[in-house]
Amino acid sequence: MNVTNEMTMEFDSRSENESFARSAAAAFVMQLDPTVSEIGDIKTAVSEAVTNCVVHAYRGRKGKIRLSVRFTGDNTVVIKITDRGCGIEDVHKAMEPLYTTSADEERAGLGFAVMQSFCDDVSVRSSAGKGTTVTLKKKLSPRYAR
Amino acid sequence: MKSKMNGNELTLFVTGEIDHHNARKIRETADGLIQQKHPAMLKMDFSGVNFMDSSGIGLIMGRYRTMQLYGGKLKVTEIPPALRRMMELSGLSGLDVLERSGRDNECDQ
Repeated sequence: MNVTNEMTMEFDSRSENESFARSAAAAFVMQLDPTVSEIGDIKTAVSEAVTNCVVHAYRGRKGKIRLSVRFTGDNTVVIKITDRGCGIEDVHKAMEPLYTTSADEERAGLGFAVMQSFCDDVSVRSSAGKGTTVTLKKKLSPRYAR
Repeated sequence: MKSKMNGNELTLFVTGEIDHHNARKIRETADGLIQQKHPAMLKMDFSGVNFMDSSGIGLIMGRYRTMQLYGGKLKVTEIPPALRRMMELSGLSGLDVLERSGRDNECDQ
């Protein structure tokens, strides 16, 4: 199956929208007939990325989060989560497991580690003061193998 | 959130989706009950959890520390198979808080 399709949406940086964002991404990906486990992986990774925008990029300030989901053919899903928040000074450090800048909020510091574990590829483009884009790639298993 | 006190063991029945937004309410309820009942053992029954991101790990680690402060113990029980990878990734298995049921072992490859 070589379907190409794309959706983009933008929503307020509010913790209520974490659930909305992962559900919307999952609903769109359903077109590719993913397995239950693949949908779970996508929901989890999107939830981590959107939570990072709410907790870190905007830190409770008002702002917009953009989510786009694209099928590139060959059963691959590319998801981009973009904010115009504070940006990440040291992306390398932010991606280290257990590293967190908000220990008081009981954040485990596992956001990027989870994204990396649940997706095939994770890339981060960030600019201090301007914002961050996280790109997640997930290749779904071929339809006939399920 | 439903809870049950049996002797000095408090069980919390966590349900629904655990994310950053929902973890806050669960944390407040759990900590309120811990302070009120001072259980020696806190069990968090996860059988009703159908989604969890790393906020769930923060929630468990936080209650682990709270129970340690009170000199008590924590067990997370009835963990659905779909959450297992997240639990393994967290390193929580090293703290001996995850209870493995017989059904769990059957699913292992």
